[in-house]
Amino acid sequence: MSAASKDIKIVNEKIVENATCTFCGCCCDDITLTVDMDKKVITKAKDACVLGKSWFLNHVIEDKPIARIAGKEVPLDDAIDEAAKILMDAKFPILYGMSDTVCEAQRHCAPIMDDCGGTIDTTTSVCHGPSGMAFQGVGEPTMTLGEVKNRADFVMYWGGNPAEAHPRHFARYAVTPEGMYTPNGKDDRTVVIVDIRHTKTAGVSDIFLQLKPGKDFELLWMLRAACKGVDIPNDCKDICGVEKEVVEDLFQRMKNCNYGVIFFGMGLTMTRGRHFNSGALMALATDLNEFTHFVAKPARGHGNVTGADNVVSWQTGYPFGVNFSRGHPRFNPGEFTTVDTLSRKEADAALIIASDPVANFPKPAIDHLTSDKCKLISIDTKNTPTSEAAHVSIQTSTYGINTGGTVYRMDDVPISLRPAFDSPFPSDLEVLTKLRKKVNELSKKANRPYATKKYM
Amino acid sequence: MKGQLILIPGRSSKQGVGLNKGKLKEEYIRVTTTLELSFEDAQEIGLETADIVKISNHIGETEVQVKVLKEGKLPVGYAFIPYGPPSSCLFDGETCGSGMPASKGMTIDVEFIKKGVKKKTVLPPRTAVS
Repeated sequence: MSAASKDIKIVNEKIVENATCTFCGCCCDDITLTVDMDKKVITKAKDACVLGKSWFLNHVIEDKPIARIAGKEVPLDDAIDEAAKILMDAKFPILYGMSDTVCEAQRHCAPIMDDCGGTIDTTTSVCHGPSGMAFQGVGEPTMTLGEVKNRADFVMYWGGNPAEAHPRHFARYAVTPEGMYTPNGKDDRTVVIVDIRHTKTAGVSDIFLQLKPGKDFELLWMLRAACKGVDIPNDCKDICGVEKEVVEDLFQRMKNCNYGVIFFGMGLTMTRGRHFNSGALMALATDLNEFTHFVAKPARGHGNVTGADNVVSWQTGYPFGVNFSRGHPRFNPGEFTTVDTLSRKEADAALIIASDPVANFPKPAIDHLTSDKCKLISIDTKNTPTSEAAHVSIQTSTYGINTGGTVYRMDDVPISLRPAFDSPFPSDLEVLTKLRKKVNELSKKANRPYATKKYM
Repeated sequence: MKGQLILIPGRSSKQGVGLNKGKLKEEYIRVTTTLELSFEDAQEIGLETADIVKISNHIGETEVQVKVLKEGKLPVGYAFIPYGPPSSCLFDGETCGSGMPASKGMTIDVEFIKKGVKKKTVLPPRTAVS
């Protein structure tokens, strides 16, 4: 930008105080946005991190059609009719995504799949799905981030890289903020990082444990055994790559802190062991409550993936991977999760909401999703490989920037959004309300046994 | 020049920024096609920063650009790549009944294709502490 253009004053300027950034699970709700209402762009995002700034400042109203079928522009209602027909005609329809939209829109997803006897799954299944399974196995020693800020004097990050994935997690919640019982910020806390890579997060730590890849479960189990009075084995370094003395010191610090917390990431859930790793970590946190107060929490990625878990849970009883083909919800990861239903070539129609499996899924799943064996419907705010490959593509407005609603922070705390400016595109809520109504009509017309007004 | 490494895909802040600019835009594509290697492995295989290599396994293959890291940043035998279409094309669809594909720790073959263009001077690695 030239010096001259910097001096041009924006006439129609709007300030949005306490806006929420919905890029990651931190959902920082203290951002001050400056909006150029004439150009419909955000010019400043005060207090946002590098990811938040790019989230807000790169948001533009794109010049593209609201709805397309097979690449051709169509009215929105035609696209919704086509999407409903595809879902009703399919033998094994699936719905996937939901992590980047508001809870008010998410609540229409389970009824849509209920009416067409399909399967609903969220991005949790390829994120902290294993942790969701572990919650059911061992429970969740939980907390809010406010508690962490005010009380935690021992903070551990295991298998995650918040410096790059949740940049304000340190400053706003866990490491540097001055809390009620941690008035000196970082000086009052011990920060431990466990990872196989020396990431940017490791630079923040007081203690960095570089673990042997794939040996998380072993170290977690050693610490659990230590809670029961078992010595750390002498060949600890051979087993997991960390010296016995370092593990013993770590255990003493965990035991003797006033309030300990472990945040954990994909390093546990995406590697061999999956839900056993998450389960071992949460069981360790539970065990440590014999000595002190200790909690654990998954560090969630997308802005409202936690909301998707909550909404699907309160509607169906399960957080993800839920099938309605028998008229009642059934939960079975591995059978009803999207990677599996696509890789096994079972799904013949896919409604993808606010996510991009064509860019992120395993190749066998992408191959089926983009084949003519599976009709793809995309509802998203931006052009993505998924929206480009979709038979029916609907562009919606962006939550938190153009539309309000409720999102859940990674600690299950609901937050109301303050939108900055309007969009010509419909909201996810508007599109999904219409789609739900249409699917319900078709379901009743077809005398589907489970076409009801449930959840209304 | 060939080698075998274990690939760890993951998030990075540059990938997050690129994602917001647009997944079909140059920045995102560049970030998600950058493979980070340890200094030791790069020497062993004979690779330098900016080299173009083919990475492949039994699922698929793709071409990426190499970035050699300083010593100690990545364990020897491992490579890192930000999540994106290139990493996805190497994931297996098997989830072992969990719904989660094994998205980290897959064995890949690395094969030199051609020299790339270095955008800036790369600092020499720190020497090992004796």
